[in-house]
Amino acid sequence: MAYSFNFRDVFAAKDALLDGLALTLQLTATTIVFGFLIGLGVAATAVYGSRWAKRAAHAYVEIIRNTPLIVQLFVVFFGLPSVGIKLGVFTVATIGLAINLGAYAAEIIRAGIESIPRSQVEAGISLGFTRTQIFRHVVLVPALKNVYPSLMSQFVLLMLATSVASQIAAPELFYAGSIIQSRTYRDFEVYTVIAVVYLALAILLRMLFAVAHRLVFRR
Amino acid sequence: MIRDLSWIDPLYLVLALRWTLGLTVLALLGGAPLGLIVAAVGSMHRPAARWLARGYVGVVQGIPLLAWLFLFFFGFPIFGIEVPAWLAASFAFSVYASGFLGEIWRGAIQSIPRTQWEASVSIGMSYVEQLRHVIIPQAVRIATPPTVGFMVQLVKNTSLASVIGFVELTREGQMTAAATLAQLPVYLMVGALYFVVCYPLTTFSRVLERRLHGVR
Repeated sequence: MAYSFNFRDVFAAKDALLDGLALTLQLTATTIVFGFLIGLGVAATAVYGSRWAKRAAHAYVEIIRNTPLIVQLFVVFFGLPSVGIKLGVFTVATIGLAINLGAYAAEIIRAGIESIPRSQVEAGISLGFTRTQIFRHVVLVPALKNVYPSLMSQFVLLMLATSVASQIAAPELFYAGSIIQSRTYRDFEVYTVIAVVYLALAILLRMLFAVAHRLVFRR
Repeated sequence: MIRDLSWIDPLYLVLALRWTLGLTVLALLGGAPLGLIVAAVGSMHRPAARWLARGYVGVVQGIPLLAWLFLFFFGFPIFGIEVPAWLAASFAFSVYASGFLGEIWRGAIQSIPRTQWEASVSIGMSYVEQLRHVIIPQAVRIATPPTVGFMVQLVKNTSLASVIGFVELTREGQMTAAATLAQLPVYLMVGALYFVVCYPLTTFSRVLERRLHGVR
């Protein structure tokens, strides 16, 4: 028996898909902001912190990078209520994803900071820059420029990884897909559409980052 | 029936780890040959071949792994083929691995100096011979650390096979958590088991990386 494809039911639910898409974008954007800030803080700690702070930063990065995201989300999802913190599922997903991204971003930014030659910092000192000025202008900005491509790939991977938040019932695009699937039983069609939307989003995001690169780091 | 978490549960989790590792091996068995083809096509002189490989990698890396899992899981029945969850997962992870390994290996191949290509073509080698006898033996050294690093990603990401009902470590954890309602201890245990597998691999990858740069 030949299978007859039926995308009509899927497209009929396009409002649900668009809502999901909007939440995926929101989840991605907030996670990138918080994940980047965590990464920045942890990377600076890993390079400049005291011995124990360095160890803590290192432990955080290793624990997150060596365990699956889905398990991390479950731990946050079930862990927060057990210490009496009750938050909406969207916030929980953002926290879990930001903790995850933070570790990867930290590792990338740390590599960037360490790629700045010591002589640059010495030149900054001899020019009478303050410590903050040196960190900002001599270390951080050139470091970020060096690791920009890796950081942006990580952000694209993160966007795709927000789909995992569907497993704690965060109502993003993938979750919307599973709802439509359970209503229409058009599983293959639903996930084909979902996959194409994510692919388009990934391509758009890469293009956006390429344009942003020119604007941010132009001389 | 809710039961208490008992001493046997960690044991079951440890045993479930073999399915996580088994799926990783299957993904590598499927993904490595495919990835090699992607890398070889992507390193060819012809622009069309390069674009083909780049397009493949872009599509594989631009679609969430969860979607690949569902596409294979629901895709086979369309052709009247019923496949068990582990087989659908193996296909999905092979595709996923081929995209990432293909890109890593293409990068390694392209880091080999042009002169090596020129020298080997001047003694009459075909493209495949060049790759096999001259380029790949040198590229392997460069490709090994990131390949081991990707294996960590693979081990971790097999956790997503739980969503199509394949009982590996994460799925076993979900079932234990559902039966005991001790979600937090169970998931911490599951996380710890992944860590035990992944951390040595990460460390190994780092050692290889350092050795590579130390020799230079």
